Amino acid sequence: MNPTTTPTATGNGHAHDHDHGHDLERHGHHELPFWRKYIFSVDHKVIGIQYAVTALFFLLFGFSLMMIMRWQLAYPGQPLPLFGKLLGETAMPGGVMAPEFYNQLGAMHGTIMVFLGVVPLAVGGFGNFVMPLQIGAPDMAFPRINLASYWIFLPGCILMMAGFFMPGGAAQSGWTSYPPLSDIATSGQTVWCLAMVLIITSSLLGSINFIVTIVQMRAKGLTFWRLPFFVHAQLVTSFLLLLAFPPLEAATVMQLMDRLAGTSFFLPSGLVVSGEQLKVAGGGSPLLWQHLFWFLAHPEVYVLILPAMGIVAEVVANNTRKPLWGYRLLVYSVIFLGFMSFVVWAHHMFMTGMGTTMSTFFQTTTMIISIPSVVILTCFIMSLYGGAIRFNTPMLFATAFLPMFAIGGLTGLPLGLTASDIYLHDTFYVIGHFHYVVAPGTLFALFAGIYYWYPKATGRQMNATLGKLHFWFSFVAINFVFMPMFFQGMAGLSRRLYDPTVYAHGRGVQALNVVISMGAWGLGLAQIFFIINFFMSLKNGARVTENPWNATTLEWAAPSPPGHGNFLTEPIVYREPYEYSVPGHANDYSPQFKAEG
Amino acid sequence: MDEKVYGWWLPPDVSVHGAKIDQLITVLHWFMLLLFVGWGAFFVWTLFKYRAREGHKAIYAPVAAVATKYIEGAVVVVEVFLLFGLSTPVWLAYKNNPPNDAEAVHIRVVAEQFAWNFHYPGKDKKFGSGKLDLIGGDNPLGLDPEDKDGKDDIVTINQLHIPVHKPVYVEVSSKDVIRAFNIPVLRVKQDTIPGQKIPIWFEATAPGHYEIACAQLCGLGHYRMRADVLIDTPEDYAKWEAENAPPPQEAPAAAAPDTAPDNTPAPEKK
Ligand code: HEM
Ligand SMILES: [Cu+2]
Ligand SMILES: [Cu+2]
Repeated sequence: MNPTTTPTATGNGHAHDHDHGHDLERHGHHELPFWRKYIFSVDHKVIGIQYAVTALFFLLFGFSLMMIMRWQLAYPGQPLPLFGKLLGETAMPGGVMAPEFYNQLGAMHGTIMVFLGVVPLAVGGFGNFVMPLQIGAPDMAFPRINLASYWIFLPGCILMMAGFFMPGGAAQSGWTSYPPLSDIATSGQTVWCLAMVLIITSSLLGSINFIVTIVQMRAKGLTFWRLPFFVHAQLVTSFLLLLAFPPLEAATVMQLMDRLAGTSFFLPSGLVVSGEQLKVAGGGSPLLWQHLFWFLAHPEVYVLILPAMGIVAEVVANNTRKPLWGYRLLVYSVIFLGFMSFVVWAHHMFMTGMGTTMSTFFQTTTMIISIPSVVILTCFIMSLYGGAIRFNTPMLFATAFLPMFAIGGLTGLPLGLTASDIYLHDTFYVIGHFHYVVAPGTLFALFAGIYYWYPKATGRQMNATLGKLHFWFSFVAINFVFMPMFFQGMAGLSRRLYDPTVYAHGRGVQALNVVISMGAWGLGLAQIFFIINFFMSLKNGARVTENPWNATTLEWAAPSPPGHGNFLTEPIVYREPYEYSVPGHANDYSPQFKAEG
Repeated sequence: MDEKVYGWWLPPDVSVHGAKIDQLITVLHWFMLLLFVGWGAFFVWTLFKYRAREGHKAIYAPVAAVATKYIEGAVVVVEVFLLFGLSTPVWLAYKNNPPNDAEAVHIRVVAEQFAWNFHYPGKDKKFGSGKLDLIGGDNPLGLDPEDKDGKDDIVTINQLHIPVHKPVYVEVSSKDVIRAFNIPVLRVKQDTIPGQKIPIWFEATAPGHYEIACAQLCGLGHYRMRADVLIDTPEDYAKWEAENAPPPQEAPAAAAPDTAPDNTPAPEKK
């Protein structure tokens, strides 16, 4: 729709969904009951916060699983002090982790971190909260679909957790759930499939809503080339979710059918499990699952990284006090990334025995997709050049994102080239590579986003000292966690090993496992600074006005926190998103929403 | 087995094709290091030089960065070289050139939860056929005792003997779930997929005793899907073959490996 029409005229989804005008409500009339306002709310900000808090909880939970696993990896076969006995005799007989339990923790760590942690925080949390504000909209296009999305997501999460209480425990075939292993696994896998169906459905509802909102509900004057980079990133992300998730949803239902209805989508004929022939029709293909899974899961990598890049762009522009360097180039790059991410998936399958034509195609597309990432990094670094950089907490995290993402990206090269992948595939090198992308990469960007938008959401600043402690301890610890993994991978150590010391080449790098585990526990401790800060600042943080960072984008035109309907007066956009330090202007920032410089 | 060969970087390579893989990995890491250090130095310098301070102002006009174009261009050129100069030719030369049938030693690898079975065709160079119904504790591959091709077959568990300096042609498959057949020192890795027999090949350049690992999660015993690979001199290999060949008349039971590793599971009987 024409962006010059006013938001209220286009925001009909909003007008129809409420039986009251938001002007009335802003003056205190028609107070909604508590449960409509904070629990089953249709307000994008409340839903965004619900998503964010849920996701933060699961990030902590998923990380805790890993901290337990790290004990077994550092000291294989030794009883875990304190917690060991609490987890029960089946999981930890005598306080020593059982291999089945290790596999459950591994599979659930991956699943939780990706599907219940990072994506819900990056898209459900930041996307929901920030994007409508940044485009000057009073709410999402379909507030009730938004509500449905969260309330399908949450039962999905709870169901996923319920897996731990199934006979045989939670899903234990890796977050990738490759059949036939997953098809014949214990009933935790059934729960995994059902939970995934809910979570995917919720994502699909969300992505439709995002796309429509960005296309339809932009404020007057907010043309495509005036959108903050974060909004572009969310738009591309939504298309990825919308187009990549359905194949996985279908595949998950097929796996459910294999498990419950006796179909053989992923089971070939003639399987013999523990000396007994499996009583199934057969004729299916285990590789079909891998294609369907990676057709989602590669784009999913970009779902994890693009919103993070969006946040980094906002924080970098704000704290360098200058426009982003190569804003249009950045936008073209993410769109190109989005397209390309659909044609690289089989680089996860080079070792399945595929033909050389196919593997050559996929390694070529993989090398092509690395180019826009290089361009994006270059743009960010050049954005720093010539700035007047303020190193506040959000900026520290955003700055650290750049070299960490660079390590993650660079180490993708040996995995994307077939010849070197022969050796490195499925080793700890892979674990190091993608964690550099998602942990000190994406997670750091998400932390930057929390410190940056917390004042908008709560009306208060987070404590700067605690923030800096959180940053520096996390930054050091996380590199002790992930850097040694490259050396373990180089030594040939397979991933997902309950006891790496079974192998001589594992014993060669076992000392590093101790280092990594110390790093992981240290990283856990560092999060205490954040947790304290997060809750204390709700009450004690310094109060802020609407624009505490002297920023330029539209969310800073709304009150902190914004009321229902977001803006006191309908915002009109006058200029590009990052007009900082414009020569001749009175301030070093010229907001999009102010006519005069 | 010599533990000392395994350290914090690539283990020794004892394969014919592996040198090219190692070369690519080495070149890649130098390239990555160069980019990262270059970038990193500029990055840190920028952070320092353009830090906010009294009297310092940000520059509004975008810098016309010519250098970045050249650097990006150079990255593209290097990647094209890595792709078409180093990786693809190595991969194609390796994957498209199976060894000459007559010369190669043929072996079948059949994985199961949680052991590696190695099936040798014996003197007649013909694999005996197997039947699903015959699979059981002492016949993990279900070899048909009626089949004369199978009479001289050798089956070992978790012990792979191969001769040095001779191409080895292996077909990998699995009875139950997917795993990956991985010999780090031979730079060999191949997923074993139930329902498929996937061929791979390699040639060892030096005798020795090394490890076979499982690289793909295959269940609770994944971590102990470990096997030994013994690269024998031609004499040792001939001796091993002679010692393990089943005596003529007997039914082709699975020849017990000389030292059964402790991680051999007791297969369940029906
Ligand atoms: C920041 C703290 C984190 C630590 C210390 C950590 C550590 C680990 C380790 C050691 C493994 C390997 C387990 C094994 O091979 O047995 C692993 C696996 C995995 N992690 Fe993390 N991780 C962290 C954060 C994340 C995040 C933020 C994500 C995703 C967004 C993530 C996603 C995964 C996935 C998908 C796997 C599965 C890999 C596989 O199945 O082989 N992790 N993690
Ligand atoms: Cu991928
Ligand atoms: Cu395995």
